[in-house]
Amino acid sequence: MARTWFLGLTAAIGLAAGLPCAGKVPESISVQHIHADEAVAARRFMRENPGTEVDFRVVSFQSLLESLPVQLASGEGPDISMVADWGGLSKYYLDLRPYLSASEAAYFEREFGNILGPMRGGDPHSRAIYGMAGAVTLNGAFVNVTLFRQAHVELPPPGATWDDWAAAARKVAKATRTEMPMEMDRSAHRFASLALSYGAKLVDDQGRFAVDPGLRTAVEKFVAWHRDGTMPMDLWGAVGGTTHLDRFSDFMNGKVVFYFGGSWSLFLMDRTVGDAFDWKVVDAPCGTAGCVLMPGGAAMVAFKHTKNPRLCARYLAFLARADNMRAALARHANIPAATTLVKTGVEYPRDSERVRAALAAFTRQMPNVPAEAYRFQGWRYQRAALNSLTTRISQILTHELDVDTALAFVRRDVDLAIQASSR
Amino acid sequence: MHSDGKAMEYLGAAAALPARALEPVMAGLQRVLGMGRLPWVFLAPNLAIIALFSLAPVLINVMYSVTGTDNLYPGERTFVGLANFATLLECGNYLDPATCSRDLFWRAVRNALVFVPTQVAVMIGMALATAIALNRDIRARGFFRGIFFFPVMLSPVVVAMTWLWLLQRDGALNGILGLFGFERVSWLTDPSRAFKWSVFVTVWAHMGFYTIILLAGLQSIPADIYEAAKMDRASPWRVFTRITLPLLKPVLLVVFILAVIRSVQTFDEIYVLTGGGPGTATKMIVHYIFDTGFAVMPRNYGLASAASLMLGLVLFVFTAIQMRLARGGGANG
Repeated sequence: MARTWFLGLTAAIGLAAGLPCAGKVPESISVQHIHADEAVAARRFMRENPGTEVDFRVVSFQSLLESLPVQLASGEGPDISMVADWGGLSKYYLDLRPYLSASEAAYFEREFGNILGPMRGGDPHSRAIYGMAGAVTLNGAFVNVTLFRQAHVELPPPGATWDDWAAAARKVAKATRTEMPMEMDRSAHRFASLALSYGAKLVDDQGRFAVDPGLRTAVEKFVAWHRDGTMPMDLWGAVGGTTHLDRFSDFMNGKVVFYFGGSWSLFLMDRTVGDAFDWKVVDAPCGTAGCVLMPGGAAMVAFKHTKNPRLCARYLAFLARADNMRAALARHANIPAATTLVKTGVEYPRDSERVRAALAAFTRQMPNVPAEAYRFQGWRYQRAALNSLTTRISQILTHELDVDTALAFVRRDVDLAIQASSR
Repeated sequence: MHSDGKAMEYLGAAAALPARALEPVMAGLQRVLGMGRLPWVFLAPNLAIIALFSLAPVLINVMYSVTGTDNLYPGERTFVGLANFATLLECGNYLDPATCSRDLFWRAVRNALVFVPTQVAVMIGMALATAIALNRDIRARGFFRGIFFFPVMLSPVVVAMTWLWLLQRDGALNGILGLFGFERVSWLTDPSRAFKWSVFVTVWAHMGFYTIILLAGLQSIPADIYEAAKMDRASPWRVFTRITLPLLKPVLLVVFILAVIRSVQTFDEIYVLTGGGPGTATKMIVHYIFDTGFAVMPRNYGLASAASLMLGLVLFVFTAIQMRLARGGGANG
């Protein structure tokens, strides 16, 4: 009896000890995204790759900007995440190349050529493949067509300058008693479109912030529009520091004729405004150097601290597949980033005719985005420059600084940021 | 009755159990350490908590302030000595922030030099007036005490958002003005107005706390002194200046110290209300520290730590002076 009992106990202990080894432990990675419905892709990946597990976490965009850098600096954080600061966090990115097949690597190079460069933090010698971006965002101008019609003013044609748009918007606002002719998000990223259009380089060949006549012209125009009432003080003049502020609600409520925001607002625009008034996205307003829209958005990257680099590479290669990118683009009414999809276009079956036209207008302008814009977007100190530009332009508007002093301060702020991070 | 007594007896015995269990331990400790050192044993848990949650962060702050780079791990940071302090203090002319290496820090200092005295004076004046009014035998006194204390219970972000909705271009205040045919006013886009509103909103949010302290102080003044003054036909102003204020002085000093420290540390309400703007009109020192350490890329933890240590040092000196004055006042009085 005692022997039977002993054997039974031994067998039970042996079974319990062996249990964890009985089934294969799934390979697991954590993925961070700002859209909850992107979990669809994670689920599909797990279905197609049995034995893998994707821990999908939804975070706010603010968290990507503020919490993620701190997590990464402390060696923590998810295995894969969306990143908005493409170049600024590049030192934490995992190079996927060793984990991709030659054909996969060539596919990444071909489809995401414009994005891989900025993600390398401006290192011209790097051949690293840090990730992918199925969608890009573009800054863009939204125009209230109904107000133009009511004011009997013709919409400025493609190729119209910023000044043409300002004049037309003022005329329309006056005729229709609309509160504001023009508005622009309080974001130096939006302002960068204006600056690049007037020939600003933003980053010089030595990797420092460039203060040039193009930038000066753009700042002077921008300040003049605030002084003469073309733009209200409620955005750039209302708050201080680096605070991001948008008043897209003004456009959706028909209170502004011309709003310079971004492509990410299309989804909201379609659902909120509906048929209340006629609106459209127009071609980029031009400056003396071109008609430039600044690219942006978030890329998907894996980080060096991951314990499953191979699985991270497999997941990003899965997201980069054309069918998956098409599905994700259609879910959020986004502009494609991959070269082939830009050429072939994407179907947006869930969106209205107006949104489809707006997306077509954005996509049409994608090839016109100049190399300077991508270089600035991927510059390691882009955030430092954007933060400083926002702060200093606001100081000009409130008469704390003149244009020359403000631009000198921007250059000095960025130099100090470069110096402090390398010290 | 009998069973109640029995129950109390059991409860008492149960309550005494831990003490009885510890008795031999305490006796042993007393034998080993002696009576002189035994109090340290009782203080040890609190000292450990203070060391862990107050002292250790200060030491970590000191370590960050003398190191550089945007790395977070102390081991990956390079020693830079007092360079961060030197950067903050580098100035052509301290009266003109534009000549300083970190002009935004000095703009914040300059704003604080105006904001703190103004806000503290208005805060204490209003709190004292309210406390005196609430100390009188008025109708619905409890209700009014609750009303004045209510904002203190709100989150600073809720307070600021509420006032933002009232003060922005399409806010309630401009709506009311519009009803009466007035033009809309830029409450928050004009630097001077934004500054005044920042003072007002922070006073509104915190006044209730100080009112309660002052009210307690007022109620501790013996009523017979006021009765004696009444019999002497002293005027209300004379009663206030000769009785109320002198007897309230110790409480007022505590309120003053607390109000100054809180005012210097003002951040959340103004951050939400104006973001430190327009321009830098309402940027305060803690806002600068937050921006430098957590909002601007690349993060400059070293500079932010240096700024916060300097702020801590100023507050420490200020509090020491206040404490000394308070002790002097206590001895005289």
